[in-house]
Order: sequence, then C-alpha cells, then structure tokens
Amino acid sequence: MNIPIEHQLLLAGILFIIGLTGLLVRRNLLFMLMSLELMMNSAGLVFVIAGAYLNQPDGQVMFIFILAVAAAEVSVALALVILMHKHFKNLNTKNLNLLK
Amino acid sequence: MNNIFYISAIVAIISSLMVITRRNAIHALLYLVLSLLSVAGIFYSLGAAYAAIMEIIIYAGAIVILFVFVVMMLNISQSLKEEKLSTSLKYWIIPTILALILIGEFVYALFKKNAIVSTISAIGAKEVGITMFSTYLIVVELAGVLLLAGIVGAYHLGRTKKRNLHRYNLPANSVEEGDKKPNDSIFSD
Repeated sequence: MNIPIEHQLLLAGILFIIGLTGLLVRRNLLFMLMSLELMMNSAGLVFVIAGAYLNQPDGQVMFIFILAVAAAEVSVALALVILMHKHFKNLNTKNLNLLK
Repeated sequence: MNNIFYISAIVAIISSLMVITRRNAIHALLYLVLSLLSVAGIFYSLGAAYAAIMEIIIYAGAIVILFVFVVMMLNISQSLKEEKLSTSLKYWIIPTILALILIGEFVYALFKKNAIVSTISAIGAKEVGITMFSTYLIVVELAGVLLLAGIVGAYHLGRTKKRNLHRYNLPANSVEEGDKKPNDSIFSD
C-alpha cells in the first residue's frame, strides 16, 4: 500500500469529527441530519480502508450495508422532519422540549 | 494514486467544513454532494471502485436528493430573498475551485503516461458480489427487511388524511338507507 494506513484513518477521523461538530453546534434539524450523514460516510470510509488494507472484499460489503442503513434512516428521519415542520412551522430543535 | 488520495482528502475536508457552516440549506447540500464525490475519489484510490460507484449512485444520487426534495417542499431556505446575491462571485469562488480540483485530478488520473499499476490490488464488483451473496447472505436479506420497514414507516408518517373507520361516526344526515358505501377507503379524499 502506497499510502500509510495512519493517514487514511486520520482522514476518516477528521471527517467524523467535523460531522460530530456540526451535529452538536447546529440547531436546525435538517443540518443535524446532514452532519449525521457525514458521520455515517466516514464510518463507511473506515470499513473500505480496512477492506483495502486486508485485501478482502468484506470492507466494501459492509459499506454497502451501511449505505442501506443510511438510506432507511434518512427516509424515516425526513418524514419526521416534515411532520415537525407541519406542527411547529420551523425546524428549531428547542421546540422539541416536551420531555424535559 | 498517492496524489489522488491526498487531493481528494483535502477537498473532502474543506467541503465538509463548508457543509456545517452554511446558513442556506441548499448550499450546505451542494457542499455535501461535493464531499461525497471526493470520498468516492478516495475509494477509487484505495482500489475499491465498486464502493466508489455505489457511493455516487446511492449516497450522492438518492439520499441527498431526498434532502433536496424536503428542502424544496418545506421552503425553509431563505433563497427567495437572497436570489440577487447568490449569483455574486463570493458564492461561486469556493465551489468552483473545489470542483476544478476534482476535475483536474480526474484528468490527471486518466492521462498519466505510465499505466496506473500500483501495489494496491483492486477489489472489483465480482468479488464483492460473491462475498455478499455467499458469506453475508443473511445480512443482505435483513437489509431488505430494514428498507421495507423504512418504506412503510415513511409512508405511515407522511399520511395526512383522517380516516373515518366506523359508519356510526358519520353525521346522521349524510348516511342514507343502506346504499351508501362506508367512508373508510384508504383512497378517500
């Protein structure tokens, strides 16, 4: 492998931390979902890195499953976003405080 | 392949930073597409061409499109007021530079003089397919069940019609003597 494995994992970690920062900082639900997609993408990147490092196709197989999970989660989460917008007329998460 | 990895990595990091710092939802989504495309480039530089194609088709081509549809339906971006400003240079300069970097490395990878032979063994779609349907067959079926659950859940959450399930709930003057159908069809308006 030409590229050191530490650089690849560092890139995946940086992308994950960027997504995590976006999830913690933003208050709009749609932006939080976008940051969640960034985090899932970086997790899939770790799987593909491991698969390429060990010369097995299992990494790409796990990445496809992560893709399927992300697709199902995004569809349900966006349906919830639509319901929230219909109820509150904005997407600010400080409206979601009924369980406090 | 080293240069492709590092250039795509820098583009991925910059566009991910732009995703989480934009005010406009559509701008953030377009930067997200750019980030996913650069991660697909990283997959290709690792020899995982099948994962790169799947990422572009499914992630950047279906999941982000769902986001764009929801933003269009809910009308939450303030782009109507800022339409005059969004054609100015300061909105165009960073995406253009990042997209030109990606195009540049694509051209570089295609037209290199020596063949792209490296110590990375490319794991193609055939091996992925064989592994997926022999070793991980149960997980494939479970992923199908999960997607079915996602579809049914999204459909149920998105329904808006109230259904009148019982005939005795109808107002008395609208039900005639037995030749009116009950109002409980799921396609009723």
